[in-house]
Amino acid sequence: MVYLTRKAEFAASHYYHNPAFTPEENLRLFGKCNNPNGHGHNYTLEVTVKGEVDARSGFVVDLKQLKDVMHREVLDAMDHRFLNKEVPEFFTQIPTTENLAIAIWQRLETKLQQARLHRVRVYETPDLFVDFYGEQ
Amino acid sequence: MKAHLTRRYLFSASHRLDSPQMTAAENLATYGKCNNPYGHGHNYNLEVTVSGPVDPSTGMVCNLVDLDSCVEREVLSRYQLENLNTLQEFAQTVPTTENLCIQIFDILQRRFLKAHLERVRLEETMMNSFEYTGGNQPLR
Repeated sequence: MVYLTRKAEFAASHYYHNPAFTPEENLRLFGKCNNPNGHGHNYTLEVTVKGEVDARSGFVVDLKQLKDVMHREVLDAMDHRFLNKEVPEFFTQIPTTENLAIAIWQRLETKLQQARLHRVRVYETPDLFVDFYGEQ
Repeated sequence: MKAHLTRRYLFSASHRLDSPQMTAAENLATYGKCNNPYGHGHNYNLEVTVSGPVDPSTGMVCNLVDLDSCVEREVLSRYQLENLNTLQEFAQTVPTTENLCIQIFDILQRRFLKAHLERVRLEETMMNSFEYTGGNQPLR
């Protein structure tokens, strides 16, 4: 088994708010992230796939195909977007880095050919990242 | 659904590597420049990884404010700008980054109860890093 990781970057804005909570609870729980006008991050995405090396091509995965899927499923949908208002998963879920990693996994999982998805890592800042390995 | 969350922190501290179980010559041979009697310092980068189900009402594994305040109180304030050799936990134990990594893991495992502690990773320099997952847990 060989693991291959491809990185990508995207910039997006978001805010944290749960309509089931009072404004005071939202502010206490989410602090500055509760500002409804949103704020942004430069996210770094690392997608790790795993598989056997194909004897003929020497590849675990066709990198062009992986790159195209990441662009189509993730970057085209999320880069330079307001996650709460423009990405359907976050019409109902809070766009935390945890939920972002899960949403990206779900967007990619069924679209890959050859290799299987192993890990989605999303850096919100260089000091904070989330790893998701699928439902375990 | 379970996710892993990692947060990075920075602290600076000094240490000297010198084992009471070795002769002076053995210490010098084993630790080289790190055996300098006056000690030397590093900017340590600490990575703390916790895991747990993502709470549907908050979208979080745990609130970062809770993790940050625990790490600040229990780890950073203890080691920031200190000479590690003067601390009680390193009175008998050589303050290598391996031992410091294990020590920080043990502290956080006792003190941080709002998510499962998966891993502590400690970078001594850009070239060296150490990871501890507690006991015999495999690295992921």
